[in-house]
Amino acid sequence: MNNDPAITPELVAKHGITPEEYQNILKILDREPSYTELGIFSVMWSEHCSYKNTKPLLKKFPTRSPKILVGAGEENAGIIDIGDNLAIAFKMESHNHPSAVEPFQGAATGVGGIIRDIFTMGARPICGMNSLRFGSLDSSEVRRLFRGVVGGIAHYGNCFGIPTIAGEVCFDPSYEGNPLVNAFCLGVLRHEQIARGAAKGIGNPVFYVGPATGRDGLAGAAFASQDLTEESAEQQRGAVQVGDPFMEKLVMEACLELLAMENAVVGIQDMGAAGLTCSTCETAARAGTGIEIELDKVPQRAKGMTPYEIMLSESQERMLIIVNKGHEAEVQQIFDKWDLPWANIGVVTDSGHMVVKHHGEIVADIPAAKIANDSPIYHRKSQRPVYLEKVQAFSVSELPDTVTPENDLKLLLSTPSLASKNWVYRQYDHMVRDGSVICPGSDAAVIRIKEDSLPPLSKGAKESVPAGIEKFIAMSVDGNGTYVYLDPYEGSKIAVAEAARNLACSGARPLGSTDNLNFGNPHNPELFYQLEESVRGLAEGCSIFEAPITGGNVSLYNQNPHGAIDPTPTIAMVGIIEKKEHITTQWFKNSGDIILLMGLPVDTKDPNLGLGGSSYLQVKHKCKNGNPPRCDLQHEKKIQMALLDFIRAGWIKSAHDCSDGGLMCALAECCFSQDIALNTPKLKGAEIDLTSCEYDRVDALLFGETQGRIILTANKTDIQKLINKAAELSIPLNIIGKVSSSDLYSPTLSVKTKNAFFSWNVSELYSIWWNTVENIMEQK
Amino acid sequence: MNFAVLQFPGSNCDQDCIHVLKNVLGHNAYLLWHKETSIHNADAIIVPGGFSYGDYLRTGAIARYSNVMQAVAEFARQGGLVLGICNGFQILCEAGLLPGALIKNRSLRFRCEFVWLKTSNNQTPFTCVAPKQDIMRIPIAHGEGCYFASKEELAQMRDNNQILWQYCDSKGDITPESNPNGSLLNIAGICNKEKNVAGLMPHPERASEEILSSTDGKTLFKSMIQWFEKQSR
Repeated sequence: MNNDPAITPELVAKHGITPEEYQNILKILDREPSYTELGIFSVMWSEHCSYKNTKPLLKKFPTRSPKILVGAGEENAGIIDIGDNLAIAFKMESHNHPSAVEPFQGAATGVGGIIRDIFTMGARPICGMNSLRFGSLDSSEVRRLFRGVVGGIAHYGNCFGIPTIAGEVCFDPSYEGNPLVNAFCLGVLRHEQIARGAAKGIGNPVFYVGPATGRDGLAGAAFASQDLTEESAEQQRGAVQVGDPFMEKLVMEACLELLAMENAVVGIQDMGAAGLTCSTCETAARAGTGIEIELDKVPQRAKGMTPYEIMLSESQERMLIIVNKGHEAEVQQIFDKWDLPWANIGVVTDSGHMVVKHHGEIVADIPAAKIANDSPIYHRKSQRPVYLEKVQAFSVSELPDTVTPENDLKLLLSTPSLASKNWVYRQYDHMVRDGSVICPGSDAAVIRIKEDSLPPLSKGAKESVPAGIEKFIAMSVDGNGTYVYLDPYEGSKIAVAEAARNLACSGARPLGSTDNLNFGNPHNPELFYQLEESVRGLAEGCSIFEAPITGGNVSLYNQNPHGAIDPTPTIAMVGIIEKKEHITTQWFKNSGDIILLMGLPVDTKDPNLGLGGSSYLQVKHKCKNGNPPRCDLQHEKKIQMALLDFIRAGWIKSAHDCSDGGLMCALAECCFSQDIALNTPKLKGAEIDLTSCEYDRVDALLFGETQGRIILTANKTDIQKLINKAAELSIPLNIIGKVSSSDLYSPTLSVKTKNAFFSWNVSELYSIWWNTVENIMEQK
Repeated sequence: MNFAVLQFPGSNCDQDCIHVLKNVLGHNAYLLWHKETSIHNADAIIVPGGFSYGDYLRTGAIARYSNVMQAVAEFARQGGLVLGICNGFQILCEAGLLPGALIKNRSLRFRCEFVWLKTSNNQTPFTCVAPKQDIMRIPIAHGEGCYFASKEELAQMRDNNQILWQYCDSKGDITPESNPNGSLLNIAGICNKEKNVAGLMPHPERASEEILSSTDGKTLFKSMIQWFEKQSR
């Protein structure tokens, strides 16, 4: 039967295993590995599964808080207590390489994978978000990737039936050929419903549920852990899986029903990256047991699949379930109710080994704990990149100040990264399940948790959650690759600060975060430096905002033929809004409301006055240079805490953070971002007075990206209280204007500075901002 | 009043309908599994949105053959109230309980957003509470919601006042710009000749609470309740 190739150094190298790693394998097995075993080691020790290049770095993340019930690295996703015996599980994961090769299915299965991670924990998934990066939309190839990725996310999320409620999309030439697709999912469960991925109980049967195993997605995890080249993309098309959201919905409902049954399930794990391999050895390793499976019993889609193929297949929507012996019939009954294919494929043993049989022969026999936990760890060399010297030497004083702010704002709003993403989020069902309180288009999305958000209870079980429960969870995902490219440490702090600021603007206090580290090849010391510095910044930020990392994902080897992508850590932060009344949105509400700016208009201690790495610089001066704005985390935290106090006091009618595009883009968004219905925006005007701001550069004042700024509106009658409270807290808070009296047809946004007066027609700005992406994508 | 909400594999909006009927409107509502052959003691049936059986062949094409749909057809023949929402509307058309068909949006893209709806006939069990001149703000979320029917069918439907809801602009005018999917005559929802079976693409169950920014969708369910209570009096 054995047509397996001989194990040669070339074959070992082809599996991405180094000679040292191979020596280690020989030591663990005390013999030469079989072909199947070599495949198993190669996927389990890929960066995607083992974090071998990043483990020492990831230890720097804050991962504990009294509210964390399941911490980072323990299980498929972290879990945080939100009170009233409720908890949330959430995580973000990348599907960059598959999406580069086959954007629609690559992105779709990315969504499917993260949803499985959440319901594997026993939680009912209730919403998704995503963070996307593409090259410039001028390229038809980039438009193809963008269209495919958005279509794939929509296909999976819409059919599965959870709202895709928020996200971000940026375009930069560095992502050409290597788009980033980071998908996030959040679920809800009762405390006692936390499920574990452990193969406990010697003699317990191991069930396989879900569609049959095929040759799709062969060794995807290993594929994701090498440089992406044109050649590899072409060769690896077969490594991309095909998603079936309908099947996943059934598997999810069945698994949640199964978990609700008393004592029926002892362990559950999804077959994600490295499929059957990873799920079997990880569950055994967690429980300190062994596991034995028979591949003949695994449902197979193709004829004549080899053990190697079956073990490494990444066919989607499959779960591994360790059933409590004696409960097999109940389990089968639920699978039958949902018409799901299933099979009893093995048994939990006391051997500590993962044993795989095929046609009666043992094809793999590996100590489970060794392969799952003893993956190699590398302390990679790090070296400050040479380019940093050059880009940071730039000073904004080299460039003339603007004399055309009117055009500049229009230019910025017509930049795809800053323009409205309605072309994207209108393709996502962002309202299903009746929980979308704040839909895409404000700083953070807000979802309502209610009774039917929870997983089912077992028959006759007593409800442990108060009747009529309602909770409000806010979430935002952020990351600015340009900032991180210019200063990995400072830029990464900004990513965290902005995510927290977005939450604060919606009225939420942070609970925790999940990160996705999208970087280049770790063997390159300069690229590793970016990663190391970025982790330092993220860790500091997450500590300050008390938003510990509960899990995440590392995606390295993000390169295209021209080099590495901009280093792009993305942070998804989740927070809780204590009361319904505290939910706050970014758009201006009523004419006559007073507009205030929290924070300093311009950071004068920053030599670039907030313009370094700014959108303005990139768009107008085609310049991606300079130190990014400084991020003072203590100051940020103080401002955000104060904002939450103001919101709780009931003084705030709108709050919007100033980020990409600076003060003017933020003000414009406040004027036009409330979308009532198709072709029905709610437009407001604003009269802004910045005459007291004594700065030399108009561009820095209007378009600089100084951190720690929030635009607020409040009722006239609450202004004095606000000013007094801010003074007491020694927080800069200044009145900068008012929402203008409604002239329904042509509201105006105007700004008075020390020496000049500028004004814009809000309808015109809105139309630029709203239509830019759609016009490009639909070639209008 | 007792509502049965059908549950197919792939139904997504079943819980949302139950939520609104029970928690918002205070009536009884229960899920009815697709393998059931009886509708039990339902006074009305909701066929909810989602992707029944994955909708891989054609939206609603498989669901119409399910056990429960045979029972629903019988219930409808006897004059029972049946409302299909989104995928439910598609299923009712496939099942022949409503005329016409729903095809891919003209944009070829899935669309999710609030739209304006005009009630074109407020004399039916599904619209009797809706004031005729008022427009409603209710979201859509579909990829195949472009309503299509033959000229003859459309003429018949017009004559019988079977067109219940049409996409309109914020002023209530039925314009091409306010049509999100290319439906003929801006049709968002219709009923059968007998007026006891209706379907629409927009999701009234997503617009039935203040916190979700619109309560206009409640008028549909309230109409059904009022109509039913009048009948049983």
